[in-house]
Amino acid sequence: MATLANLSPKAAIIVLVEHAFDVAVIGGGVVGCAIASALVRESLQVVLLEATADVGAGTSKANTAIWHTGFDAKPGTHEARLVARGHQLLAERGDDFGWPLERTGALLVAWDADQLFRLDSISANARATGYARIEVKSQSQVYELEPNLGVGALGGLLVPDEGLLDPWSIVIALATDFVVNGGTLRRKAAVTGAVHEAGAHELHTPAGPVRAAWVINAAGLNSDVVDRLLGHEGFTITPRRGQLIVFDKLARSLVKHVILPVPTATTKGVLVAPTIYGNVLLGPTAEDLTDKAATETTATGLAGLFEKGRAIMPKLLMEEVTATYSGLRAASEHSDYCYEVFPDNYVRVGGIRSTGISSALAIAEQVVADLRERGVAMQTLATPATVAVPNLAESRMRPYQDAARIAADPAYGRILCLCERVSLGEVRDALMSPVPAGDIDGLRRRTRALAGRCQGFHCGALITEMTSAWSGHSHA
Amino acid sequence: MPDLPQQTDEDVDVVVIGAGPAGLTLAHALGELGISDVLIIDRDTQPGGVPRYSDHHGYGIRDLRQPLRGPIYAGHLALRAVKGGARIMTEATVTDINAEQRTIEVTAPSGRFTIHAKVIVIATGCRERPRAARLIPGTRPSGVFTTAWLQRLVHLQHGSPGKRAVIVGAEHVSYSAVLTLRHAKCSIVAMVTERARHDSFTVFNIGARARWRFPLLRSATVTRILGDHQVTGVEIQDRKGRTKVLDCDSVIFTGDWVAENELARRAGLLIDPGTGGPAVDAHQATSAPGIFAIGNVLHPAATADICALDGEHAAAGIAAYLNAPGGWPTRSLRLRTEGTIQWATPSLLTPEVLNAARGKVLVQFSERRRLPRLEVVQGGNRLWSGFVPWGIPTRPVPISDSWLARVSASGSDPVLRVLP
Ligand SMILES: Cc1cc2nc3c(=O)[nH]c(=O)nc-3n(C[C@H](O)[C@H](O)[C@H](O)COP(=O)(O)OP(=O)(O)OC[C@H]3O[C@@H](n4cnc5c(N)ncnc54)[C@H](O)[C@@H]3O)c2cc1C
Ligand SMILES: Cc1cc2nc3c(=O)[nH]c(=O)nc-3n(C[C@H](O)[C@H](O)[C@H](O)COP(=O)(O)OP(=O)(O)OC[C@H]3O[C@@H](n4cnc5c(N)ncnc54)[C@H](O)[C@@H]3O)c2cc1C
Repeated sequence: MATLANLSPKAAIIVLVEHAFDVAVIGGGVVGCAIASALVRESLQVVLLEATADVGAGTSKANTAIWHTGFDAKPGTHEARLVARGHQLLAERGDDFGWPLERTGALLVAWDADQLFRLDSISANARATGYARIEVKSQSQVYELEPNLGVGALGGLLVPDEGLLDPWSIVIALATDFVVNGGTLRRKAAVTGAVHEAGAHELHTPAGPVRAAWVINAAGLNSDVVDRLLGHEGFTITPRRGQLIVFDKLARSLVKHVILPVPTATTKGVLVAPTIYGNVLLGPTAEDLTDKAATETTATGLAGLFEKGRAIMPKLLMEEVTATYSGLRAASEHSDYCYEVFPDNYVRVGGIRSTGISSALAIAEQVVADLRERGVAMQTLATPATVAVPNLAESRMRPYQDAARIAADPAYGRILCLCERVSLGEVRDALMSPVPAGDIDGLRRRTRALAGRCQGFHCGALITEMTSAWSGHSHA
Repeated sequence: MPDLPQQTDEDVDVVVIGAGPAGLTLAHALGELGISDVLIIDRDTQPGGVPRYSDHHGYGIRDLRQPLRGPIYAGHLALRAVKGGARIMTEATVTDINAEQRTIEVTAPSGRFTIHAKVIVIATGCRERPRAARLIPGTRPSGVFTTAWLQRLVHLQHGSPGKRAVIVGAEHVSYSAVLTLRHAKCSIVAMVTERARHDSFTVFNIGARARWRFPLLRSATVTRILGDHQVTGVEIQDRKGRTKVLDCDSVIFTGDWVAENELARRAGLLIDPGTGGPAVDAHQATSAPGIFAIGNVLHPAATADICALDGEHAAAGIAAYLNAPGGWPTRSLRLRTEGTIQWATPSLLTPEVLNAARGKVLVQFSERRRLPRLEVVQGGNRLWSGFVPWGIPTRPVPISDSWLARVSASGSDPVLRVLP
């Protein structure tokens, strides 16, 4: 293909003008990747523009990774409908894309009389969202379900369809699907300006201008800024930080369900939950901030979580901590997602706050339906290319356990990351895949390498070296 | 290497998990006793454990009675193990143990297989507690290391840790990090410790600081890591609550050891609450028949020679077990510890098993004590008391094992404590 560099300026302009995409999706988080993948599967020419060096490196990588049913969402909102539908779609598409899910169920626990009293209205709310499978549990049933709970639980609700998802693999699976089905992924391509002329959008990025008939704003924390760049002014994002503590895998057997508190008006509260990678999470905090890059952890935040965790499950705190991190929810002044289709061929998908992994596929389905309704010509690919992502879940067979696979390729038998049992074969695959890891953080999300209890004591030096050698980057 | 298991399941007399100083020395000692059906498994590319990449002097003092550099020491131990008849399988990771069946699951490039052994020995060592486990807040940039990561980076990968480092911790291994950083031409901004002084040898401290001129900041805690992609500094807080930022591009978290105990826990062995590792008796036998443990998985972290001598000592107990596997003691008392004593090992007390490795019980203090006096009591009976040469956190100190013979099998759990 001709590149801009080897064309005369005049020819370059012609290429630019002619090569207009049907759709430009701004933001390579789970929402943008889901939308982009759904649109290429409708035979559209789609470009996905991501500001950073990798997909899924924003809020989509740092959350509590719960597969929400939407039982606690506000009935009648976009969020309630899309989370419920997204929950179902994640299960339906799991086999094709390869992402794991674990239907552990969630146990919502009341710790005082007031919370106990509110359980009824939570059940009623769930029914109003269309979720009818909630079961009321007595105090003794609660302890039967979760024997390691701290003292003082009075009763609870079991939500059998809540569970665990793998946020890292879902994003990678969708981005890979997008690329192998002909989509154009541009990383390090932050949209910094936009004009809308002659029926087309022109977006400015450091990688050059991009023209597209439709623009979809899935820029997460920046979706309000991008909205303004596109000439709209609908909402303001307030980053709401959630800090989390990951406990050692040896704690996994302590916890059976996602253990939820009774939610308040502003937050779902601090939970204790297994992760699909076999650890246990404690968190998140809920802190309204102004800085959209403030993903650091704080002493007060971590101390507060420990205090809460001690009450919920004292035994958990006796285990080693593996990691701490924080993510920023893209909260807005509206108590719903900011979803709207505008006449200037613009779809706003902003403020996808604390449920976006669960709802992403439903949001994408909605975007496809809305574009079709507005006359965008589509043709569903009869045989889309499919690439299943490697399995990172503990509930399924990992490559290191797979005798046949090791026999076929010994690289899967050479474990590099002892704590997470990640093989050379998986590291190689992640660095060579259609959407390859560009740095250690990207490798961690694709393989779990370096995400374990030793945090690099054993394998940090070797794996960083391999990543730089194979990806041409240098990261100490 | 000759006749290693190839994708098949195998039976061996003794399988040793971990080819560090402890495991390698055990294999040699078993060979001396005529037990040569020994398979040592290590996940690394080469045998040797930590000393393999800890390229400085200070190894081999008590076991080989000569001062050696880490890699030379590791090479020597590996060679000696193989000469004794043991086979060493590298790049092979043990992922699970079944204590009742006495089997282990192994993943290696040659396949995934199960090994059944008459005796399984856990010699998996320990690790330094990383930044996250120390709950140090801040951003998550690169440039944050442990000493082992640093040494592998410098001595095995020939990479660079950066130009200006802050070392967190002031125990033996922290000075090992100093040597490696200087070897890599990285300057040392400061060494920071929460304690009132360093816990290493005075000569190390004075020697290193006189030569490379860095401050030792005492009673100071690291309260924050700064930097977006690469570390740009660490915030520290002194005793009075004042904070300041030290500019640096790397931070090395040293020491603060944790037993590499995953396999021991998965096997369902009795765990010593003080060490986090399996509880063992004076023969290095764990709570499960036929499963032994040696080295720093038991006492994080003693020096390598002490780990090696655990291995040497365990050979006799293992030989005895192989001769009479039915004679496993059914009841054990446990040694409890109190107050400023963090742990003591061996802590499983089996009546017939009276001599510990080196004739010593190893004791770790959680606080500094000048010339402490200890006692072991059982019920109202004092079994032993005596002074020990030091009471320094991170530096296990040996006490006599003579009192093991005086433990009454029908009595309560003995208690080890510091006398006022
Ligand atoms: C603490 C916490 C817990 C959560 N728990 C759950 C949960 O359990 N289950 C669940 O389903 N959801 C959960 N969520 C919510 C979920 O993580 C988010 O809803 C989801 O990740 C949002 O995805 P996104 O694609 O909208 O945003 P992001 O992942 O932030 O992606 C937006 C992307 O846009 C890019 N971008 C920004 N500006 C530009 C620009 N100008 N040009 C190009 N690209 C740009 C960014 O770099 C980023 O990669 C949680 C969130 C948090 C913070
Ligand atoms: C940086 C540093 C400097 C030091 N300096 C000195 C010094 O100067 N002098 C001194 O005497 N001591 C020193 N020590 C301490 C000494 O190196 C260790 O105490 C000693 O190596 C411990 O021996 P070990 O056999 O118990 O364990 P290790 O040496 O840690 O060996 C354990 C082995 O087990 C393997 N293993 C673990 N889990 C598995 C598994 N699941 N499957 C397969 N294999 C597994 C590992 O790969 C490793 O090779 C230092 C330690 C460090 C970290």
